[in-house]
Amino acid sequence: MTTNILLTGVGGQGTILTTKILSEGLVKLGFDVKMSEIHGMSQRGGTVNTQLKFGSKVYAPNIGEGEADLIVAFEKVEALRALPYLKKGGRIIMDDREIYSMPVLTGQQEYPHDADEVLKKAVGNVTVIPASRIAAELGSIRSQNICLLGALVAALDLGGIDWEKLVESSVPPKTAEVNVKAFRAGYELVRK
Amino acid sequence: MNNEIMSGDEAVARGAWEAGVTVAAAYPGTPSTEILENISAYKEDIYCQWANNEKVASEIAIGASIGGARALSAFKHVGMNVAADPIFTAAYTGVNGGLVFVSADDPGCHSSQNEQDNRHYAPHAKLICIEPSDSQECKDFTIAAFELSEKFDVPVLLRMTTRVCHSKSIVSLGERNVSASKRYESRPSKYVMVPANAVARHVVLEENLKSAEEYAYGSPLNKVEWGDRSVGVITSGISYQHSREAFGDKASYLKLGITYPVSSKLVREFCAQVDKVYIVEEGDPYLENSVRALGIDCLGKEVVTLQGELNSQIVGKAFGTGRKIEKYEVDAKAPARPPVLCAGCPHRGFYFTLSKHKGELVAAGDIGCYSLGASSPFNGFDTLVCMGGGFSMPIGLSKALEKQGDRRKVFGILGDSTFFHSGITSLIDAVHSKANVCLCLLDNSITAMTGHQQNSGTGISLMGYEVPRIDALKLVLASGVEESKVRIVDPLDLQAMDKAITDAIASTGVFVIITRRPCALLKEVIRANAGAHCVIAPDKCVGCKACAKVACPALAFENGKAYIADPASCNACGLCAQMCKFSAISKVGK
Repeated sequence: MTTNILLTGVGGQGTILTTKILSEGLVKLGFDVKMSEIHGMSQRGGTVNTQLKFGSKVYAPNIGEGEADLIVAFEKVEALRALPYLKKGGRIIMDDREIYSMPVLTGQQEYPHDADEVLKKAVGNVTVIPASRIAAELGSIRSQNICLLGALVAALDLGGIDWEKLVESSVPPKTAEVNVKAFRAGYELVRK
Repeated sequence: MNNEIMSGDEAVARGAWEAGVTVAAAYPGTPSTEILENISAYKEDIYCQWANNEKVASEIAIGASIGGARALSAFKHVGMNVAADPIFTAAYTGVNGGLVFVSADDPGCHSSQNEQDNRHYAPHAKLICIEPSDSQECKDFTIAAFELSEKFDVPVLLRMTTRVCHSKSIVSLGERNVSASKRYESRPSKYVMVPANAVARHVVLEENLKSAEEYAYGSPLNKVEWGDRSVGVITSGISYQHSREAFGDKASYLKLGITYPVSSKLVREFCAQVDKVYIVEEGDPYLENSVRALGIDCLGKEVVTLQGELNSQIVGKAFGTGRKIEKYEVDAKAPARPPVLCAGCPHRGFYFTLSKHKGELVAAGDIGCYSLGASSPFNGFDTLVCMGGGFSMPIGLSKALEKQGDRRKVFGILGDSTFFHSGITSLIDAVHSKANVCLCLLDNSITAMTGHQQNSGTGISLMGYEVPRIDALKLVLASGVEESKVRIVDPLDLQAMDKAITDAIASTGVFVIITRRPCALLKEVIRANAGAHCVIAPDKCVGCKACAKVACPALAFENGKAYIADPASCNACGLCAQMCKFSAISKVGK
C-alpha cells in the first residue's frame, strides 16, 4: 500500500519545489518514494501537477483517477480540476487564491468563485488554508508553497525529522527565514 | 551507501559520469533537456556542449567515440529524426570508446508534436536498445550501455519516456570509472565508410548483433519475476511499473531491459512456462511483433491503446483485471487553463501586430515558445510541423498560392535557437528560390521553451564559458537577403512593429524581420525590471477593453474596469498602455 499525494497549481507557483522537499523528507524517514512531474509547455501559465507516492515499495510514479489520498491545491479551480483523482474518503487542502486563465480573462469562460464551497459539500474533508495571504503578510507571496507544505506535513502527521531545517536548506538563503515562518504557519493551522 | 532522490534525466547524467564519459553533446528538447544540464555539473571531468541541432550533437559524440572517449548524445524523440543520418552509419563504423544515444520519447505529447515510438530505430539503424523503468535503472543502464557498446562494437540506444525522464526515485551513487578512455588509432577500413568498407562493415555489424542477442539471454538487464503462471506479462520501461500495479502477484513477468536485440531464447522459455502471454507496452506493438515473429500467440495491442501514456488503470481495464474506479463528481466545471505567452513576453507585440494584418497574409509557425502565438486571440499562424519548417514551408506555400493567383504574402516564423538549428539552410533556399516570403526571426536571446538554454547567439556555452556570439543578422545578409529588405524591430514598440510588417507585405522577394528583445523570464531581465509594473487609474479607465486585445495574463477586469491582477508577473512591458486611448495605464517602479 502506498500513500498518494497530488499537488496541483499554476506554472510558477512552486509545486515542483514543494514536492522535492517533501520527497527528500520522506526518503529521510525511510520510505520508498516516487514522484512524477510533467513540465515543459505547462510552465507557461498552464496547470502544473506533481504526484508523489510513498510506502514500503512503490512501482508506478503516477496516480490515476480515484487514487489520491490527499490533494494539495495551490489555486482554487485547480482543486476542482483535480477532484476526479481524489480517492473516496480522501482529503483536500487548498488555498482559496484565484488565478484567472486566459479564457476567463477574455470572458469566454466563467470562473466558479464558489469552488471551495462546492468541494466542501461534495467531499467533506476540505481544509482551506489562505496560504498566499499568510505568505504575503509574512513578507513574500512566493512562500505560499512552503506554507502549504507545512499544512501537508501536519495533515500526514510526518514527524520524526526536522522539516524546518530541511526547508531552510532547500530554499535560497535570503528567503530562508520567511519560508520557515510560512512552513510553521501552515503546520499550525492544520495541526489544530 | 549514499542515496539520493533523482529524476531519470539526472540519473542518466550521473551514470554517464560514473561510466567515465568525457564528451557529451545535445540539442535541448523536452523531456531530454535535463540530461545535459546535469552533465554540465560534472564539467571538470566531462566536456559538454549544446550543439546547434541533434545531427551535429550526434556527430560530435561519434567523433569523440572514435577518438577513444566514452561519449553520449541526447535528444527528444523527434530530435532523433534529425540525428538519424549519422546514427545509421555509426552502427557500421562501430565504436572505439563506448557510444550512447539517448532518445527521450513523449507518449501523450506533453510537449511534442507527435508520439513516435523510437524503439523502431533500434532494428532500423541496427543499434542495441535498452530501456530503463526508474531512476536507479537509468543510472545502472547508462553505465551498462557503455559497457555493451564497447563489448559488441555497436552504438547503444538508451530509450526513455517522459514518465521515466521526469519521475524521481531513489538512486544509490557510485564512484567514477577514471580509466575508461581508450587510445585513438587510425583505422580507415573501420571508420571510412566508402562503399567497399561499408559492405565489409555491414557483415561485421550483423555478426555483432547476433552476439548481442546471445548475450541478452543471460543479461542481468533482463529479469524474470515469477508469480502466478496463468498469465505471463512481457513488458519494458515504465510499462513494467504499471503492469506490476495492475497484476500484482497474479502474473509472472518478463521485464526486458534489452529490447533490441530481443533474446528469442529467453522469450520462448518464458512463454513455455505460462498459460497466456500478455504484452504491455506504450506506443506501437514493438515487443508484440517480435514475440509474434517467433510464432507465439499473445494479447497486446488488440486491447491496449496505441495512443498516449498508460497507467495501471488503463492496463487493468484492457486485460479485464481492473477494479471499479470510485471518484467524486460535481457539477461545477473548472475553466480551461491553456499555456499562454507570459506577461511581458516580447512575442506578444509581434503576434498582436501580425493579427491586425490577418487578411493580407498567411503564416507558417515553428517549434518554441512562439508556437503559443497560434492560440486565440492571435491565431498567429496556420501550420506547425517541425524545427526549421517555419522558414522552409513558406517557400512551398508561397509557390502554391502564386499558382492559384492568391496574392497574400506568406510569412514564416521561428526563434533564434531554431534559426541556428535548421532555419539557416531554409533561409538560403528561400533566397535561392526567389520566394516571395517574409521570414520573421523572433530573437529573444535564449532557447526559452525548454527552460533557458544557451545557443550560438547568446555568447555563453553550456559549461558557462564565454564563446564567440554568432550574429544572426550577418548570417541573414551573407545569405543574400538585400539590406533594404531587412528590418530589426523591438517587438514591444507596436508602431515600429506595424511599420515592419506593412513594409514586408508591400515588398516582393525575400523580406526578413528580426524582432529583438530578451525573454521576460531571463534572470537579468527580471532583475532589471524588479518592482516595475503597470497601474491602471480607475477614474480614467472607461472599460473599452482595448487593452485586453494584447491578451496579457496579468491584466483582468472587475466591474467593467481593467486592473493589473498580478503585479508580480507584470514587468511594465507597456503593451497595454500603448493600446489605451485614455492614458489610463502608466508604469511605476521603473
